[in-house]
Parts: sequence; C-alpha cells; structure tokens
Amino acid sequence: MRFKATLENYVFVLPAVLIFLIFYVIPFIWVFQLGLFDWDGILPTKTFVGLDNFKEIFFQDKIWWQSMLNAGWITFIALTLQNAVAFLLAMACNREIKLKHFYRLIFFIPPVLSEVVVGLVWQWILDGNYGLLNGWLVQLGLPNLVRNWLSDPNTALTTVAIVHSWKGFGWGFLIFLAGLQTIPREFYEAARVDGANAWDSFRKITIPLMVPVAVLVAILTVLGTMQAFVLITAMTGGGPAYHTQVPVLRILASMRGSSRFGYACAQGINFGLILMAISFIQYRFSRKARNT
Amino acid sequence: MRTIAYYKSKKIAVNAIIHLLLIAVTITCLFPLFWMVSSSLKTQETIFKDMSLIPREFHFENYILAWREGGFGRYFLNSILYTVSVVAGIIIIASLAAYAFSRLRFPGKNFLFFMFMAAMMIPIPGSFVPLYVLLSKLHLRNTALGYILCMVNVGLSTSIFLLKTFFDKLPLELEDAARMDGCSKLGIWWHVALPLAKPVLAVVVVFNALNVWNEYVLALIIFDNKNLMPLQRALMMFRGEFLTDYPLLMAGLTITALPIIIVYLLMQKYIVKGVTSGALFG
Repeated sequence: MRFKATLENYVFVLPAVLIFLIFYVIPFIWVFQLGLFDWDGILPTKTFVGLDNFKEIFFQDKIWWQSMLNAGWITFIALTLQNAVAFLLAMACNREIKLKHFYRLIFFIPPVLSEVVVGLVWQWILDGNYGLLNGWLVQLGLPNLVRNWLSDPNTALTTVAIVHSWKGFGWGFLIFLAGLQTIPREFYEAARVDGANAWDSFRKITIPLMVPVAVLVAILTVLGTMQAFVLITAMTGGGPAYHTQVPVLRILASMRGSSRFGYACAQGINFGLILMAISFIQYRFSRKARNT
Repeated sequence: MRTIAYYKSKKIAVNAIIHLLLIAVTITCLFPLFWMVSSSLKTQETIFKDMSLIPREFHFENYILAWREGGFGRYFLNSILYTVSVVAGIIIIASLAAYAFSRLRFPGKNFLFFMFMAAMMIPIPGSFVPLYVLLSKLHLRNTALGYILCMVNVGLSTSIFLLKTFFDKLPLELEDAARMDGCSKLGIWWHVALPLAKPVLAVVVVFNALNVWNEYVLALIIFDNKNLMPLQRALMMFRGEFLTDYPLLMAGLTITALPIIIVYLLMQKYIVKGVTSGALFG
C-alpha cells in the first residue's frame, strides 16, 4: 500500500524528469565528453584527442579571445549606459508623476520583441546606403557623420552594443523600479524632517538600499549580454571580418561552419566556466560591498 | 523666505524636464516599430529613395505577398502550433511536478528538485551542439515533436520553480476537504490545485509563450525543412535569400511582432509580476 502510494507519487514527476534527463542532462554530459574528441558530427568514428581542443583554444584561437573581448565590450556598455538609463528612468517613474504607467508600458516593449525582429529593423535603419539614420544626417547637414554603421570596423561593435542596450534597458528599468517602490516613504520624510535635502536622501537612503538590486541587475546583465548573439547575427552576422564576433557565434561557426563538433563543445565548456567565474566574483564582491 | 509659489513652480519645472526625458525615450522605443510598419507599406521601387515617415501610398498588398508568396502564412501557423503545444505541455508537466515537489512524499524528492534548480543557475552556452547530435540519433531533427520537446525542456525549470513556490504557500485545508470527499491525488491536482494556481499559471503561460515565439537558435539547428520553420528562423532565411526585398521583409517582421505586442499589452500585468518576482530570466 505504502509502496503503491510512493509509485503513484513518482508518476507526477516522471514526465518532467524524463524530458529533463533526455534534453538537459544527456547533452550536459555529452558536452564534456565530446570536448575531448575530434569529430565532424557525421562519421561514426570519433578521434580521442585528450585536451588538445582546449590547448588550441588557449594558445592558437585568437578569434575566440577576440570574440570574448567583443562580448566584453558590449557587456561593458550594457552595464554602464544601459543600466544607467534604466536606473535614471526608474527614478523618474518612481515620482508622483502623470502617465507613469504609460511610460512603464512602453519601456518594456523592446524587451518583449524578438532579437531577430529588433536586429533586422535596426539593420534597415542603420543601413549604410539606404538607411534612415544616414538619410537624416544628410538632411541635417551633417554628411561627414554618415557611416556604414554596421560594416565599418570602427563603429560596428559599438553600434551593435547600443542597439543591444536599446533592447535590454526595460528589464533593468522594471527591476530598479520595483526595488525603489519597496523603500518606505517614511525614510525620506524622516530625513526631510532632519533637514536633509534631496541629494542627501538620495545618497544616504536610495543608494545604500538599492545596492542589492543593482547587484542582481548587474549579474543578469553580464550573463545575458555575454551570451547574446541572435541580435548580432541579425544585424551583422559577426562581420565585418570578425569585428562583431561573440563566443556563442564562434561555437555555432565551429559546429556548422567547420563541422568541428568536439571543438565547439570545448569552446562551450570554456565559455561556461568563464561565465560562472564572473558571476561568482560579482556575487562575492557584492557581499563584501554590503558588509562594509 | 521662499514662498509656496516658488516651490510649486520649481516642482512644475522639474516635472516638465522629467516628462521631456521620458517622452524622448518613449519615442526612441516606438519609432523603430513605426518605421518598420511604414517601410512595409512602400514598394521595392520607392523604398530606397522615399524616406518619408508616412508612405505616399499604402501598399497593403505587401502583406498578402509576404503571407502567400513569402510563405509567412505557413511560418505563422507553425509558430502558433509550437507556441500552443509547448505552453500546454509545460503547464501540464511542470504543474504535475511542482505539485509533487510541494505536497507529495517520495525518496529522492529533494535531489530531483535540486537538479531542476541547478539547471537554472548553470549556463551551458554550447548545449545546442550535443542537442543536435541527440536529436539526429533519435530521428527528431526536422520534426515538430523534436522542437516542441526541446522547448518544453527550456521552460520547465523556471515554471516548476514558480509553481512550487506558489503551491507551498497554499493552505492545505481545501485539499484536505477534497481528500475527505474521496478525491484522488490526480483529481486534487486537477480540480483543486490547478484552478487555485491561475494567477501564477498566467505568468507561466505569458513568459513561455513569449519565449517560444521569439526563439531562434534551436529552430536554427533543428529545422532545414522550410515547411516546418517558425517565424524567427524563416525571417533570417528570407533575409538571406532576398537580401534587398525590404518591403516584404518589413511586412514579415510586422507579422511576427504584432501578436507579441498584442499579447504583451493584454497581459502586461503578469509580465511585470514575473519580472519583478526576479525568477524569470531565460
């Protein structure tokens, strides 16, 4: 009877566990296995190469590390520009101000759109020959600012980063706003009674109480932005000449372009470990910041 | 001594500056979409010369062309099919599991739950490589089922987490009453727990629907067959094939974006709730 009841309980989790085992756990294990092999993904024979794939990543694959730096630059812009905008707008919408629900509604439209849609629309706006941006620059009498925004090596990466920030600031905005709304009004009233001005209460109340929220936003921004690549595929395809390549695009290229499945998995492991290390450091750093 | 009028006018000035900033950002958010729709109504001849914001003539036939000739009608139906199937699958499978994790007793429960939660934390950026191999072996590549199962898996962990958190807070009395009446465990899940979970189910539905509708990379590695492709994949392929057919591309983009915007406007309460509960980051 007891046994039958336990069995019955397993039935509840069985579908979830099965799907999870097949589509998450098995691929997870295979990533680590395949990373040690040289394999084109088609032939039944795989050649065991030990850590050669990793050696190649570390000592020969300059494009891989370049793509890591590119993703780092996009992430830097997301952390500074995007999150600063998000915080500023959250502060603005946390006031007693008309239309604030309307603004909140609009600011989260870019995040719900797909990266493909956003990427292709912006690609059209930024097109070097027929794009609206260059058209406006000419009309405004600024033809020397006209660029091939997405195919000029000097501007491509930063342009992509700014579009990424356009798409992403709504997340930070919503989280910051929710965080600001949890700060009790009494804190500010008490501060005012004690003679504090707006700047004082911002520095002494808002900032300290928002540190944990900012850390959460920062971790999510880093994890999300480092792994972003669909937007980039849609805008530049990784070009011009690797200038907007990012790690996930490289993994995809190793797999689909050069049919090196083992190497692609090794790149995946390498990147996954780097991401975990970054979020761990951020977490430790934030705990330290909170304790002091 | 500063007067009340001084403070009032200062407040009005500050608010005006803030509104200016917010309106500027609002325009920045909406303008690309406006330009997308505007471009979708121009023709191949005029689109490269005509930078007017509102087209001189409205060529709605672009939408018919995109829908029929461009194949977006089929891709649209594919996207609908995948989204509905995946969301239905997640609702059933995740809520069964979440209910068990919250209420039922069985050996290994904590370990299994921990496994799902760990999956939310650990990033595996290259997981699509072995997934491709696995699906090929199972003969699930180029099948709707393969894509649907993969996408169910993608949404499973967060959905289980959200639902379990909700069930944990639910009082036991209602379920006890149902049990007294001779309701089976499955019956309690279906007749008592699920209906009570409606608010959180709405969050699960909206987030997973957005996620499936907008998904690209799994669709890229799973489908070579045009007839099975969802919209996002088809858009990228269309762009590769018809590099400069911008009016049709923009019509395709509008067809893709419109349902999402409508769903968002209708369900935005649940989206805000999901984001701010801090658990949903895919």
